[in-house]
Amino acid sequence: MNLLGKLDWSAIPLDQPIIMGATGGMVLVIAVVLGWITLKGYVPYLWHEWITSVDHKRIGIMYIILALIMLLRGFADALMMRGQQAVAAGGAQGYLPPEHFDQIFSAHGTIMIFFMAMPFVIGMMNFAVPLQLGVRDMAFPTLNSVALGLTASGILLTNVSLGVGEFAKTGWVAYPPLSELQYSPGVGVDYYLWALQISGVGTLMTGINFVATILKTRAPGMSLMRMPVFCWTSLAANLLIVAAFPVLTATFAMLLLDRYLGFHFFTTDAGGNPMMYINLFWVWGHPEVYILVLPAFGIFSEVVSTFSGKPLFGYRSMVAATMAICVLSFFVWLHHFFTMGASANVNGFFGVMTMIIAVPTGVKVFNWLFTMYGGRIRFTVPILWSIGFMVTFVIGGMTGVLMAVPPADFQLHNSLFLIAHFHNVIIGGTVFGLMAGYNYWFPKAFGFKLDERWGRVSFWCWLIGFYVAFMPLYALGLMGMTRRMQHYDVASWQPWLVVAAVGVAIILVGIVAQVIQLVVSIRNREQLKVTADPWNGRTLEWATASPPPAWNFAALPQVADLDALWNRKQRERTQQTQAPKDRKFDPIEMPKNSATGFITAFFAVVTGFAMIWHIWWMAGLGAIGIFLTMLAFAFRDEEEVEIPAEQIARFEQAHQAEITA
Amino acid sequence: MNIAVAVDEGRHEARPSASEAGPATKRIVVGYGFWVFLLSDIVMFSAFFAAYAVLAHATAGGPSGVQLFSQPSVAIETGCLLASSYTCGLMSLAIGSRRFGVTYLAALVTFLLGAAFLALEVREFMGMIAVGAGPQRSAFLSAFFTLVGCHGLHVAAGLVWLAVMMAQVAIKGINATVERRLLCFSLFWHALDIVWVWLFTVVYLMGVLS
Repeated sequence: MNLLGKLDWSAIPLDQPIIMGATGGMVLVIAVVLGWITLKGYVPYLWHEWITSVDHKRIGIMYIILALIMLLRGFADALMMRGQQAVAAGGAQGYLPPEHFDQIFSAHGTIMIFFMAMPFVIGMMNFAVPLQLGVRDMAFPTLNSVALGLTASGILLTNVSLGVGEFAKTGWVAYPPLSELQYSPGVGVDYYLWALQISGVGTLMTGINFVATILKTRAPGMSLMRMPVFCWTSLAANLLIVAAFPVLTATFAMLLLDRYLGFHFFTTDAGGNPMMYINLFWVWGHPEVYILVLPAFGIFSEVVSTFSGKPLFGYRSMVAATMAICVLSFFVWLHHFFTMGASANVNGFFGVMTMIIAVPTGVKVFNWLFTMYGGRIRFTVPILWSIGFMVTFVIGGMTGVLMAVPPADFQLHNSLFLIAHFHNVIIGGTVFGLMAGYNYWFPKAFGFKLDERWGRVSFWCWLIGFYVAFMPLYALGLMGMTRRMQHYDVASWQPWLVVAAVGVAIILVGIVAQVIQLVVSIRNREQLKVTADPWNGRTLEWATASPPPAWNFAALPQVADLDALWNRKQRERTQQTQAPKDRKFDPIEMPKNSATGFITAFFAVVTGFAMIWHIWWMAGLGAIGIFLTMLAFAFRDEEEVEIPAEQIARFEQAHQAEITA
Repeated sequence: MNIAVAVDEGRHEARPSASEAGPATKRIVVGYGFWVFLLSDIVMFSAFFAAYAVLAHATAGGPSGVQLFSQPSVAIETGCLLASSYTCGLMSLAIGSRRFGVTYLAALVTFLLGAAFLALEVREFMGMIAVGAGPQRSAFLSAFFTLVGCHGLHVAAGLVWLAVMMAQVAIKGINATVERRLLCFSLFWHALDIVWVWLFTVVYLMGVLS
């Protein structure tokens, strides 16, 4: 028996210059960054302040850093695909061989959904939700750190597949029988499955954590109907995580059993049922769409209300619409495969349910419009993203309702029309929302604003680039072009694909502008410096310093109404109340830092890698390592550290001086 | 029973409504979070149940439940598991009144009953595999082994958890953290009972009926 399972030197594709170049580049960048950190002596700082931190704000920021890096990786895949399709017409074969092209579109989808959008959304929630709730941390801080570690493990495994072995060639949904051992004997599907199983467990932990946090730990006086809308949409998204991700775990477990132990869940022989995979996958997959977009809706609600200087129009209807979407999202999964051959009644039911979801979504759009109506709008970067979203998302929503009609879907299924539709809603909804949130909360996280001018450049390039890149795809879909084509013979498609490639180049300019925005802002941070409340905000995250101290609030705020901070500011203005000079502070118990998350993630990577390559002894060692880590955590003696009252008083005095200065 | 005690603590009239009371106590947050986890676990089981329901008749010419399931063995398994829930309840009471001897005894009986359940299940699995009715034989058997085996893995994890908790009680005594964890354990153990009741009905009873 081979000690290293299926792993040998042939796993490294030395004959593929594109792959080896990309891998070499990645390894080089990582080595340079790590070397720089070590040389500068930042390792202890990084370890004590970030990697072992259980502070929800730090964890949120780390999630977002991961997401931004993965955005670059996923976008590189997009550039390659658009480049390939722009040239590979007729006799030309382009520069990507089919088996490489297949890995690229699979990796693009997997990375963008699971490792860009998900960590970005979770990072936003991590950063903002406890602050908006007026509390000091999540319900389970160490679990939060473990969840981050597991997400990072999944990301690492996916990226390792670039240089060692291969990634799935099955598309990001990995439908059987193609993803079964018989048709995908390589390790690509195993990389996909183990990366997503590991990060999926992390996501489930996050979901549990947020549901407990939002429902059980809110500042005194904050009843559910006084919560900011972002907290509501986060609650809905995390309820969906709790209810949907276990289904994905179970489904992938079945496929793994098929592949590793010869079970027959989804095989074509011995009674297996491949369609069951597709049903189960989308029972998770459709709620996942709302897991991604609902928090973005929440961000838009905060941004629109703040920059219009008005309370959100129809707060109650916004909450009702959010929860309606949360429930309805479980009744529409079959619209992803109307062509399966279910009866007309079944297809009709799911078609109607799908159209009904447009109703609460429409309620939301009108609420945002009415919030802006009559407001004194400040056209900052976050509101630009919000307005861009409202136009773009409505177009994407309408093409979705169009495809909800089963007969129409029979024509459009798996065509580029579908690709255009879901990019229209995911980019126009989720990504725009995350960009708005990134610009909106950045000053809270770091104490200085992002540069407005480069922010606007980035927004316009993204918006224009999006339309140039994806509107041709609608046309191509109607012309009959299907998704995932490495090469095509219809010459009349090529001009449209060239336009789409130009669009992606414009988006690239937008991304470059974002990088420049970050660099410029860091360089000019003294001029861009802000205090607690740079946007004249309405919710509690703006009631504390920027960046907030580890304990968030020296004393938990007392909440008496919706828009707690705004109303407090109004009261203070009319009553001329001043904070007393010699406030007394109590010491605060904060959760202790823990390396549990990092060590668990390390062993998770070991276990995952070993399972992918059938190195059974190593998988066993990794699993034992995870168990021992949990044991060590369970037996630790100190769970909390006390922050002395003097330290808090000192911070508060400095903060007050900064505000009045 | 402990939840009722927690609610009765403190003054009722002076307190604002529960949703405005500020952050809940750690005990309530932990218990609540664990309930949410259990719900997610039950969602995972329901996916396996759904798969089993879809594949229940996909025997591919192989043996079906009527030929394979042994009613007496399953009945004893069920008895063991339900009885272990009862002793787990006794353990909770003993922890509440800080009686260490009874706690250890109840935990030991719970452990033994759980282990007996697992042993019977493993024997059933081995027997089926020995007659060529392993999970590779048909989609029905794949779904059966996965669903029942997933429950069995949960029971095994519960046994390990119980052993670790008893070690904690021995080393650290019953402090607030240990008590919270034992509360979660008993929730977990009872949830496994609920899953088994469904499993018993859907797999073993309905499997023999058809």
